[in-house]
Amino acid sequence: MEIMPTLERDLSNMREYYESGKTKEASWRESQIKGLHRFLMEKQEDIMKVLMQDLGKHQLEAFRDEIGTLMKTLNLALKSLKNWMAGKKAELPQIALLTSAEIVPEPLGLVLIISSWNFPFGLSLEPLIGAVAAGNAAVLKPSELSPACASLLASSLATYLDKKAIKVIQGGPQETQQLLQQRWDKIFFTGSARVGRIVMSAAVENLTPVTLELGGKCPAVVDSLSSSWDVEVTVKRIIVGKYGTCAGQACIAIDYILVEKGYCSKLVELMKVRIKKMFGENPQHSKTIARIVNEHHFSRLKNLLTDKNVKESVVYGGSMDEENLFIEPTILVDPPLEAAIMSEEIFGPLLPIITLEKIEDSIKFMNSRPKPLALYVFTKNQTLQRRMISETSSGSVTFNDTILQYAADTLPFGGVGESGFGRYHGKFSFDAFSHQKAVVRRSFLTDFWYRYPPWTLNKLQLLEVSYNYDYLGLLLVLLGLKRPSKRLILDHI
Amino acid sequence: MEYSVEALGRDLKNMRKYYGSGKTKGASWRESQLKGLHNFLVEKEEEILSALKQDLGKHYVEAFRDEVGTLMKTLNFATNSLKKWMAGKEAKLPQIALLSSAEIVPEPLGLVLIISSWNFPFGLSLEPLIGAVAAGNTVVLKPSEMSPASSSLLGTVLPTYLDNNAIKVIQGGPEVGEQLLQQRWDKIFFTGSAKVGRIVMSAAAVHLTPVTLELGGKCPALVDSLSASWDREVAVKRILVAKFGACAGQACIAIDYVLVEKSFSSTLVTLMKDWIKKMFGENPKASNTIARIVNKKHFMRLKNILTDPKVKESVVFGGSMDQNDLFIEPTILLDPPLDSAIMAEEIFGPVLPIITLEKIEDSVEFISSRPKPLAIYAFTKNKTLQGRMVSETSSGSLVFNDAILQYIVDTLPFGGVGECGFGKYHGKFSFDAFSHHKAVARRSYLTDFWFRFPPWTLNKLQLLEVSYNLDYLGILLVLLGLKRSKRSIFQACN
Repeated sequence: MEIMPTLERDLSNMREYYESGKTKEASWRESQIKGLHRFLMEKQEDIMKVLMQDLGKHQLEAFRDEIGTLMKTLNLALKSLKNWMAGKKAELPQIALLTSAEIVPEPLGLVLIISSWNFPFGLSLEPLIGAVAAGNAAVLKPSELSPACASLLASSLATYLDKKAIKVIQGGPQETQQLLQQRWDKIFFTGSARVGRIVMSAAVENLTPVTLELGGKCPAVVDSLSSSWDVEVTVKRIIVGKYGTCAGQACIAIDYILVEKGYCSKLVELMKVRIKKMFGENPQHSKTIARIVNEHHFSRLKNLLTDKNVKESVVYGGSMDEENLFIEPTILVDPPLEAAIMSEEIFGPLLPIITLEKIEDSIKFMNSRPKPLALYVFTKNQTLQRRMISETSSGSVTFNDTILQYAADTLPFGGVGESGFGRYHGKFSFDAFSHQKAVVRRSFLTDFWYRYPPWTLNKLQLLEVSYNYDYLGLLLVLLGLKRPSKRLILDHI
Repeated sequence: MEYSVEALGRDLKNMRKYYGSGKTKGASWRESQLKGLHNFLVEKEEEILSALKQDLGKHYVEAFRDEVGTLMKTLNFATNSLKKWMAGKEAKLPQIALLSSAEIVPEPLGLVLIISSWNFPFGLSLEPLIGAVAAGNTVVLKPSEMSPASSSLLGTVLPTYLDNNAIKVIQGGPEVGEQLLQQRWDKIFFTGSAKVGRIVMSAAAVHLTPVTLELGGKCPALVDSLSASWDREVAVKRILVAKFGACAGQACIAIDYVLVEKSFSSTLVTLMKDWIKKMFGENPKASNTIARIVNKKHFMRLKNILTDPKVKESVVFGGSMDQNDLFIEPTILLDPPLDSAIMAEEIFGPVLPIITLEKIEDSVEFISSRPKPLAIYAFTKNKTLQGRMVSETSSGSLVFNDAILQYIVDTLPFGGVGECGFGKYHGKFSFDAFSHHKAVARRSYLTDFWFRFPPWTLNKLQLLEVSYNLDYLGILLVLLGLKRSKRSIFQACN
C-alpha cells in the first residue's frame, strides 16, 4: 500500500526535466535564488507566525537565526554564482607541453534534503540554496514535528520556485521511508544519529553519497577571566548560546559547561543575574525563550531531572509548565557524570556545569567523549587556545563566543566522528551538491612515445626522469648521455 | 596470516592509543613515513616488479610506468607540499566582523582503513596510504588476496620501512575483510567493485563512518573521424595502450568500448590491427607486453562473454585464449549486440567492442543514457562536440585525445560520480580525503553585537537586518536613529 502513490512518477518527471538541461543554466539558478529571496521577503510575517506557532520562537529570534541568515546566504549565492560555476584551471608541470586541465563543477542530478524541526526554514533552505545554485533538481522533506512550518513550505514555497524541479513533500517516518527507497544522486540529512544511520543504510542501495549533519554534546569551556567586562560578555554569550537559541534545542547550542572549581560560583551568580536581564523576570511571559517542540521531548527533558542526584544539583530554575511546553532556564552544578543528562544530548534549556580542578583538565574530559559538532572555549590564555585546537577534535572551535560560526560563509559547517560528515554553508553548500569533474585536453602533437611498448631500457629511463620532472635528466637520456642505473632485471627486456 | 577477533581488537585499540599520544600529528613523523615509503619503492623495486610479474604477468616497464613511477611522483609531491597542506588557511570575514578572525585547520581523522584492489596492488594501496599518513592518521591497509605475491610483499616487507605502531598491513580474503569492516574506523577508503562497495558502505553506516568508494564502470572512448593521418596514428596508439596495454584492460579507467561513425570504423579497425602488431609484437604472449588475466574465475568470465554466437560473430581480430597461461590476446569486436553481457557489464579484459553510430554526435545520447562512467575519452578536434561532451555528459573525468593519463595529474581529483563511486583523491585531494577541516573562529570581547541578545526591541531587529545585508551605511543610519522601519508586525511581540 503506497503512501504516496504518484511519488515514483513524480520523481521520474523531475529527472526528465533535469535531463533537459534546464536547471544547469545560470539564468535558471539565478531565478530560483531570487525566488527564494522573494519568498523570505513576502512571506516573512507568515514565517515568523508559524515559527511562533511550532516553537514559540520570538519574531526577533526567528529573524536572527533563520530569516536573516538565509538572506545573507542568498545574497552571497547570487553574487558568487558565476564564480562558483566556472571551471578552475588545474596547473600542470612543464613536461605536459600543449596539455591543459581544468576542474569543472556539474550538478549531481536529483537530490533529497531532509531537515530537522528546530530551525525548519534555516535547515531546509540553506541546503536548498546550495542544491539549486549547483543546478540540481531537489525534493525537500521538512520535519513533521514542526507542522505549521512544513505546511507553509509545502504550500507557499512552491509558488516562488520552478515546480518541475523543486518539490516539497510533507510527511512522517512512513513517507520518509518511501522517499529513502527511491534513487537519489545525493541525500543531505540534518537530524539525529539514529535516523542518520537509517538514511546512510538506505543510501547504500544506489551508492548514493550522503551528508549527515548530526548532533552531539557541545561543551563550553570557561576559563577564569580577570577582566569583569570580559566576564560579562562571556556570560551573555553563553546564555544566548544556550537558552536564547531555540531554548537549547539546537545542534550547536551549548550542551554543558566545564569550569574550574574555584570559579564556578562566581559564574553561576553572574548567570543568574544575566538570565533575568536578558529574559525578564518572567521568561515565559516575555516570550524570549522558545518552547519545547512537543510532549515527547518535554517528557524526555523532565525525566532527565527525575534522578535524585541530578535534581539535587539544580541551583537555578527547574520549573516546568507541561501545558505550555515551557521549561525555564535551569542550571545544574556537578550532576553525576553517569546520569543521562551527561551522556545524552540535552537539547533543551537545562545547563549542567561540571567543575574541574584545573581548566586544562577539560581537554582530557572532552577527548574521552564523542567528538561534538562545536567546541566553545572562553579563554585569553594562548597556550590553552593552542592546545584546544591541536589536542581536541570537533566540527568547529570557537573562541570567546558561541553559535556565530553558523553565520560565517567562509567557514565549513559540519561534523566529525559521531557528529556527522560532510559540510556546507557558502561555497561549501555549492560543492556539497556538485561533482567536480576533471577535464584534460591533450594535443596530438606532443607524445610521450616511451609510454608505449615495445619496451626498451631507454624507455624505462625516460619514464623515470619524467616522473621526477628531471628535465636535465630527460635531456641527457635523450642525448644518450645518461647511463642507466643498476636495473639488473632488465635482462628480461 | 589469519587474525583472531581478539587479536585484531587489541591491535586496533593499541593503534588508537598511539594515535591519541599525538605522535602521528607531528610533521616530522609524517615526513618520516613518506620517506619510508620512498625507500621501500627504491630499495625493493626489483621485488615489487617481480611480484607484479608473478601476480599479473605485468612487464617490468609497464609496472614501473603504472605503479612504481607514479608513486614516486606522488611521494615527491607530497613531501614538497606537506607543510603547506598542514597549515591552517585564513577564512576571510566581512568587515562587520571587526576584531574577529577565522581559519580552517586540517586535522587527521584518526584510525583509517584502506582496502585496495588486485589490478594495481601497489598503486591502489599506496596512493591512498600516502594521503592518510600525510594527513597524520594511523592506518590499516588490506590489500587484495587476489594478487598474493604483491599482498605478501606489502604485508611482510613494507612494515619494515614504516612505524608499525601506526601502520599495519593485514592480509586475507573476504572473511578478514568482513572482520575488519565490523570494527570502528574514522574513515574507510575502498577501491573495488560496486558489489563489495555496497557491503563496505553498509558496514560503515553502523558507526557513521565516512567512506570513499572508488568503483568501476564502462569507460567509453569515442573516436571522431580525424582527417590528419598523424592524428589518427597517435589516437590509435593511445587507445591501444589504454586498453590492451593497461593491465590487459583490467583497469577501472581502461577503455571499455569504442564509439565511432560507421564510415570511419573500417579505417579505425585497420589502423588498430596494424598498431597492435607494432606495439605488442607478432606474438604478444611471448613478448610479455600484455598482462595476464588475474585468475581462472575472471578468465572464464571473459571467455563466457564471447560464447554468445552473435558476439562471437562480431570478432574481427584476435579471440584466442590460453587457459593455462591465463592469456587472452588483444581482441576486437565490431558491433556486438547492445543487449549482450559484453555491452552491459564492465569488461575488465583485453576485449574491445567497437560500436558504430550514424553520426559521432549520437555518442552523447549513447553515453548519457547509460550509468555514469569513471572516465570518458573523446578523440576529436571538433570544438562543438568537445563542448557538448563537457556539458551534456557526466563522468568522473573527461579526457580529450588521450586516455589514462589523468591518473597521474596531481592537481586533478580522481574519483567517480553516480555508480562509479564518490569521494576523490590524488595530490592534495588525498590529504583532504583523510582530513577533517576544522573551522576555528576567534572573537574579541571588545566588539559585541548587542542586538543579538534579548530583551527584544524594534531597533535590534533593524540592526540585525542591516547587518545581515552587510549594509554598513544602513547600520550607521539605524544607530543614528535616522532609518525608519516599515515593520508593522512587531506589535505582536510585545
